[in-house]
Amino acid sequence: MGPAGARPGSPPSPPLLLLLLLLLLRAERPRGAELTFELPDSAKQCFHEDVERGAKFSLDYQVITGGHYDVDCYVEDPLGKTIYRETKKQYDSFTHRAEVKGVYQFCFSNEFSTFSHKTVYFDFQVGDEPPILPDMGNRVTALTQMESACVTIHEALKTVIDSQTHYRLREAQDRARAEELNSRVSYWSVGETVALFLVSFSQVLLLKSFFTEKRPAPRVAHS
Amino acid sequence: GRGWGTARATGMALPLLLGQLLALMGPGDAFYLEVRELEEKCFIQEIPDGTVVIGNYKTELYDPAMEKYQPSPQWINLFVFVKDPENKNLLARQYGPQGSFTFTSQSPGEHQICLHLESIRFALFYDGKLAIHLDMQLGERTNDYAEFAAKDKLTQLHLRVQQLVEQVELIQKEQEYQRWREERFRQTSESTNQRVLWWSILQTFILVATGVWQMQHLKSFFKAKKLV
Repeated sequence: MGPAGARPGSPPSPPLLLLLLLLLLRAERPRGAELTFELPDSAKQCFHEDVERGAKFSLDYQVITGGHYDVDCYVEDPLGKTIYRETKKQYDSFTHRAEVKGVYQFCFSNEFSTFSHKTVYFDFQVGDEPPILPDMGNRVTALTQMESACVTIHEALKTVIDSQTHYRLREAQDRARAEELNSRVSYWSVGETVALFLVSFSQVLLLKSFFTEKRPAPRVAHS
Repeated sequence: GRGWGTARATGMALPLLLGQLLALMGPGDAFYLEVRELEEKCFIQEIPDGTVVIGNYKTELYDPAMEKYQPSPQWINLFVFVKDPENKNLLARQYGPQGSFTFTSQSPGEHQICLHLESIRFALFYDGKLAIHLDMQLGERTNDYAEFAAKDKLTQLHLRVQQLVEQVELIQKEQEYQRWREERFRQTSESTNQRVLWWSILQTFILVATGVWQMQHLKSFFKAKKLV
């Protein structure tokens, strides 16, 4: 499908330029993933992402529920070199500029825990944010004051959204703890009442048994 | 679709077409995770009610001969199960090796999205590695600003402001959801508080009553035994 209106020998028409820009946009679209997943005990979960050379990527992660709220995390480059490794971290943020093109791997490990499964949230972003219209990226003139103000507000709002996410995660953590406390209080109360009854009855029975003589076998009177 | 008529008039037909193609291309070389057949991977999304979640995915099969991932054949299907916060099934469907799944949340809270791959042939699949490329988007984000601009003939400044308006709406929605969450948290805490209070009082009563019963019972027992 050729671009409409192109004639041989003429300079590339605007639609063709737009086509090229859009294809470039595709290659550098800020890809990333923001996911929350469950990591069972003694398990490891790895994610992979294809990164271009020179692209900057960042990884934020936080443990939401489970055990001591800690997890091991490591990031490997396509050559197998470990570029980041932390053990038993509750939350952290890591950025890196890719020197090698290829598939980068980041893994979360709960192998040190034997019975607590964890819920982990991570946010992995690659590349920069592209402009909302392709031709806004290559401006010749400076931004007007209005546009600069818009850019500033946009960046500030992105910070607000990020901090909302972290707040949401902390709230989820606290709520999980509160609900666990609630159910523990219920079970413990019922259990303690039952134990109370059992103990008092068995105390009485035990005491009674101390004072009860064993009945001797009836003697037959000899005359 | 809609807007094509005006688009052709303003000469934006080609970028529009490309924009739609881009949207359809899905996650592309997006991030992926490795799974085996039937291995279930679950993700949690905490979202307010009325949120549309779109999951674009692509599956690939590892070819040991070529030592790289190839697109999956048609007999590998993705099963998607979505449970809402009350553990009710929102979505339980089978999809092809590539495409997208979507659902709308009916109630606010934690939704669980579980995926696993199955080969629909009855022959048992060899112990192969599979990759799921996943891209989950929340809400109805207007990604296609080009179409939006062409339709309403907006300036760049207007587009920037539109982007800001959408961001603020997202923040607003999240804050409303946060208010609901805080209310639930407060209810749970107050319930715990009540329970601790009433159970303590009850248990004290039971303790005293049991003690009194014990004394009376033993006293009558000893009297009968003529020890007192």
